[in-house]
Amino acid sequence: MNIETAGYSALILVLIMAVVTLATRWGGVYVMSFVPIGDRVKQFIGAMSGSVLVALLAPMAIEGDNGARLALLTTAATVLLLKKPLPAIAAGMLAAAISRQF
Amino acid sequence: MADADTNLHEFDRQTVWVGFRRLAPISLFVTLFGAAFGLAAVQAGLEDSVIMAMSALVFAGASQFAALELWGTHVPVVTLAVTVFAINARHLLMGATLYPWLRHLPPAKRYGVMLVASDANWAMSMQAFGRGQPGMGLLLGGGLALWSFWLLGTWLGIFFGGTLHDPRSLGLDMVMGCFLLAMVVGGEKNLRLLLIWIVAACASLLAWRYLPENSHVVVGALAGGVAGTLWTEKKVEH
Repeated sequence: MNIETAGYSALILVLIMAVVTLATRWGGVYVMSFVPIGDRVKQFIGAMSGSVLVALLAPMAIEGDNGARLALLTTAATVLLLKKPLPAIAAGMLAAAISRQF
Repeated sequence: MADADTNLHEFDRQTVWVGFRRLAPISLFVTLFGAAFGLAAVQAGLEDSVIMAMSALVFAGASQFAALELWGTHVPVVTLAVTVFAINARHLLMGATLYPWLRHLPPAKRYGVMLVASDANWAMSMQAFGRGQPGMGLLLGGGLALWSFWLLGTWLGIFFGGTLHDPRSLGLDMVMGCFLLAMVVGGEKNLRLLLIWIVAACASLLAWRYLPENSHVVVGALAGGVAGTLWTEKKVEH
C-alpha cells in the first residue's frame, strides 16, 4: 500500500511514524510489567544496556568513512583522557570535519 | 546493576529542572543535528508543517532521516512503519532497562516520562541510577530539553538552513555517534563488560552484513545480553 504525500496524507504518514515510535517507547515498559525481574533477567538487561550502544556504533566504525572512524577514535581518546563527554564529542566532530576537507 | 528498591525513582519540579540544565549543553549539538534534519527534509520535498510535526511527534532522529530516504510522491506505508520500528526498537530496551525504577511510579507518570525517552537522556539517567543517584529528573527534564532543542534545530534548519550546504563536511553527522561512544567509554569499565561489548559488536556487524537492514541494533543488543547471562556479575552492589 502506498500513500500519496500531497496535503493531509503526508501528516497521516507522520502520525503512523509517531504511533510506531510511541509503541517502542512504551512497549518495553509494558512487557516488563508482566515479566518478573529475577537476577538472571537483571544481568541480561544490565549487559544489554551497553550493548545497544555498541551495536549502533560498530557498523559506523567499520563501514564508515575515514572521517567517521577518526571522529570515533578521537572521541574515545578524549573521553578517556579528560573524563568529560562534551569536549570529547566536539573533538570527534572537529576531527571528522578536518579529515573531510582533504 | 544497582538495586532499585530505594527512592531513586522519585522526581519533582526541581530535579526535572536540574535534568533540563544538565542536558542543555548537549542539546546545543542536538540543535545542529535538528538543523541538518530540517535542511535535508526541505530538500526531500516535505512541507514545513509536516517537517515540524514529524520532529515534534516522532522525536527520533535516525528514523526521521531514514523516512526521508523513503519519501517520494508516494510512500510505501508498511516499509516505512517497519523501518521506523526497526530503528527505534532500541526504545524497547531503554524502557526495559529503566523498568526497575519506573515500576515504582504510577502508570500515568511511568508512561508520561517515557514519552521523551531518547538515547542521550536515557544514557544519563542509567548512569545516575548505576551510581545510586536519582535519575528520573534527568530522564524527564533532559528529554524535554532534547525535544525543545530538536524542534528549535528543525525550525532553524527549515528557515536558515541555506547556509549549511554540506552538514557532513562539518562532521555534523557524527554528533550522535560521538555522543553514544562518549557514553560507553565514559561509563563503568571492566573485563566482563569489555567481553560483552565485543560479543555485541561482532553480532551487530554480522547482522549488518547478512541480515535485513537495521536488524543489527537489536541483534547486537540481544547477543550482548545473552553474553551477560553467561558471565554473571559476581559482586553484589548494595
